[in-house]
Amino acid sequence: MDWMQFIWAGLGNGAIYALIALGFCIVYGAMGIVNFVQVDFVTLGGMFLYSVAVTAGLPVPLGVVASMVGTALVAMAVERMALRPARTANHLVLVFLTVGISIVVRGAIHMVWGKNRMAVPPLTADDPVRLLGAYVLPQTLWMMVLTLLAILALVWFFRGTPLGLAMRAVASNPRAAAVVGIPAGRVRLAAYAVAGACGGLAGALVTPITTLSADVGVLLGLKGFAAAILGGFGSFPGAVVGGLILGISEALAAGYLSSAYKDALAFVLLVLVLAWRPQGLLGR
Amino acid sequence: MLRLEGVTKRFGGLTALDGVSFAVAPGTVTALIGPNGAGKSTLLDCLFGVQRPDAGSIRLGERELVGLSPDAIARLGLARTFQNLRLAPFETVLDTVLVGLVARQPFSLWAGLLRLPATRHTERAMRLAALQALDRLGLAHKADWPAGVLAYGDKKRLELARAIVAEPQVLVLDEPVAGLNRVETEAVASELRRLRRAGRTVLLVEHDMDLVMRLADTVVVLDGGRRIAQGTPVEVQRNPLVLEAYLGQMEVVA
Amino acid sequence: MNARLVHFVWSHRLGLLVIVAVAMVLIFPLVTNNPYTLELTNRIAIISLAVVGLNLFMGSTGQISLGHAAFLAMGAYGSGVLTVHAGLSPWVALLAAAVLAAFFALVVGVPLLRLSGHALAMATLACNVVVHHVLLQEDQWTGGPSGLAGIPPLSVGGILLDNPVQLHFFVWGVLLLVLFGALNLVRSLPGRGLALLAADEIGAACLGVPVLRVKVALLVLSAVLAAVAGSFFAHTYGYVSPDSFSIFVSTDLAIMVVLGGMGSVWGSVLGAAVIILLPEVSDAAETYKEFVHGGILVAILLFAPQGAMRAIRQGWQLAVWRWRRAHATA
Repeated sequence: MDWMQFIWAGLGNGAIYALIALGFCIVYGAMGIVNFVQVDFVTLGGMFLYSVAVTAGLPVPLGVVASMVGTALVAMAVERMALRPARTANHLVLVFLTVGISIVVRGAIHMVWGKNRMAVPPLTADDPVRLLGAYVLPQTLWMMVLTLLAILALVWFFRGTPLGLAMRAVASNPRAAAVVGIPAGRVRLAAYAVAGACGGLAGALVTPITTLSADVGVLLGLKGFAAAILGGFGSFPGAVVGGLILGISEALAAGYLSSAYKDALAFVLLVLVLAWRPQGLLGR
Repeated sequence: MLRLEGVTKRFGGLTALDGVSFAVAPGTVTALIGPNGAGKSTLLDCLFGVQRPDAGSIRLGERELVGLSPDAIARLGLARTFQNLRLAPFETVLDTVLVGLVARQPFSLWAGLLRLPATRHTERAMRLAALQALDRLGLAHKADWPAGVLAYGDKKRLELARAIVAEPQVLVLDEPVAGLNRVETEAVASELRRLRRAGRTVLLVEHDMDLVMRLADTVVVLDGGRRIAQGTPVEVQRNPLVLEAYLGQMEVVA
Repeated sequence: MNARLVHFVWSHRLGLLVIVAVAMVLIFPLVTNNPYTLELTNRIAIISLAVVGLNLFMGSTGQISLGHAAFLAMGAYGSGVLTVHAGLSPWVALLAAAVLAAFFALVVGVPLLRLSGHALAMATLACNVVVHHVLLQEDQWTGGPSGLAGIPPLSVGGILLDNPVQLHFFVWGVLLLVLFGALNLVRSLPGRGLALLAADEIGAACLGVPVLRVKVALLVLSAVLAAVAGSFFAHTYGYVSPDSFSIFVSTDLAIMVVLGGMGSVWGSVLGAAVIILLPEVSDAAETYKEFVHGGILVAILLFAPQGAMRAIRQGWQLAVWRWRRAHATA
């Protein structure tokens, strides 16, 4: 049952890509721009987990929560201190600004945590469990379960809370939202916080498998973006579906074609989708 | 000269233009009027290939314009000004007007990179033409100012200069006097009269009824995406449909 | 008399600037023959080639490319692989690499430049990741992570370009030619169209600028310039490694463009020089490289989005205007 093995691995990674893709989509909805800092939110998630679980020796679940909260706080600081002062609606400037912030954040990570590769503990013991004829790491199961929980929480947030509804209003029509008096600043801040939490969770879940370094988020983040494009950029269901499709096709490609080019697949897909179906698989 | 037949444009369920037909005769000033939301801007976008109409045909002479790209249409001899100004703020006034001549030359990056003596020669001729256009609109003394620092009225006239410098076959003006004071409006009006004396063809989209009535040979009235009237200014003024659709609304606004 | 001199200088400012630049290039090796200094200035010239092209593209189309290091890599590895493994002459290799980069830019550009927004930024980034990955994986050709050595130097008219002074004249000569072309382009009639295209795409289209064709042409031009720069890089150092062409190098190139000012030709050289010389000024610039480079980008975008070159020029114009006003009243 080789293929089942690949499906499990693909679903686990796909869940991570979906989380990151959701982070991209949430900021895109609030501001209409691609937020490059999302990439570093993933790294930060892993780093906060390392500090709490390894350096401070506290329980790992606490570390995961700390990752989400910590990254969300950093994300809010980024919005307040770097993006808001720009006071421009020029998308070229704003996108470039997130590129610059992303580089600065990476520099800060280097300074605080150093440049070495680090090992991070998983949520529960390492012994694989046998499921549907294949061996699965418990951490992979945690990735899927916690991503599912995060998605449910997001659904509740966007459908059931006033702030979430305000964010959806801004995403669907910014001008109309401004006219009826929805506070754009609060929505942007909230979008960054939620996107940061998604990225932080993704980082805290995936780094026990990939090992942790200051650049770990770059590749993962770009794959998350590829997943978002695949599903149709800006669409939340599209982000989830895109993430899962990307994760599974990557795992299958690694298993049956060439493991050397596993990492390139996402980007080839990204370029092909942009070129031939820019609205994504789920887009109209 | 310019002939529109059955031009239709829908956005989702909304019909912005519903089978609009009219013609612009050579050497005349045709005014296109109508209340806000009548479809004037959409019509201009269709005319210039920015939007593609769902049905209908737009002909310049014998050439069909529907389906052509905006730059190809500009090259056939249509020039326009924009309702919301479209200027590059850091370029000088003279350079801004020069852009109006881009459509007169094949667009070649190679010619730009090499800038052979022949190219420089045409550039000098064009610079002269641009200065003349600026002079006619009273902007020549500001030729080396950055366009971004000009007052609103000057920016409007700068756009007009950019549109007329290439001596287009059909000049399309989208609200050239909106927001101008009386003196500035008069300057634009006299330039339009000069253009008509010179035999130019003008399509004028304007809210200023006074200007339209003084300058236009023909007036086309659009309402709700349909052409509801066409005729001389006097005829249109007496048309009850127009009074209801347009002038009635003017009272509400005023 | 004085007024006529001022008028002469002002009306011939481009020609005079070029003459001054040529003179400076000619004199420089006489002032210093320190190989380390010349190596630095040569690197500035080589990187400037790529930055000028990238600046023409970004400054005219309002699109961001975060993958130009991929084109540098195609030039460098194209030259390297074709000379080392296929034994071709360096010039043939350079030409082939440039054609490869042009073709690649065309294939990526035609579909992607139709899209608005920032699809291109991500797509170019993705291309860079793929190219970088190929360099690492295809180690029988590229030498993998340890790089490719033994690339022969270029030669011009029988002179082998293998010492810094000869290279100085060669790379700065080529850069001046490219700068001259770029300045011509910016000041020509099509160049005016490009300036409007950067500010307003629909406005430019309605005035006769063939938008898609121009965007693709500028992407191809910038790709070719980057590939040539990459080839020069390979033939100058005789050695290339994948780390010189990672996505972080691409962002550095984009930072050089923003620093100098999008659409500013001289600004490209200024941007390249500042970023390359920073580590020479202070060790901290190397230790905290991300901090410094990212900080420069953020600071420029927040405080002088028009770029350093235009900021300097505007400051100068303001000073002249103040001086004139003071003397008019006196």
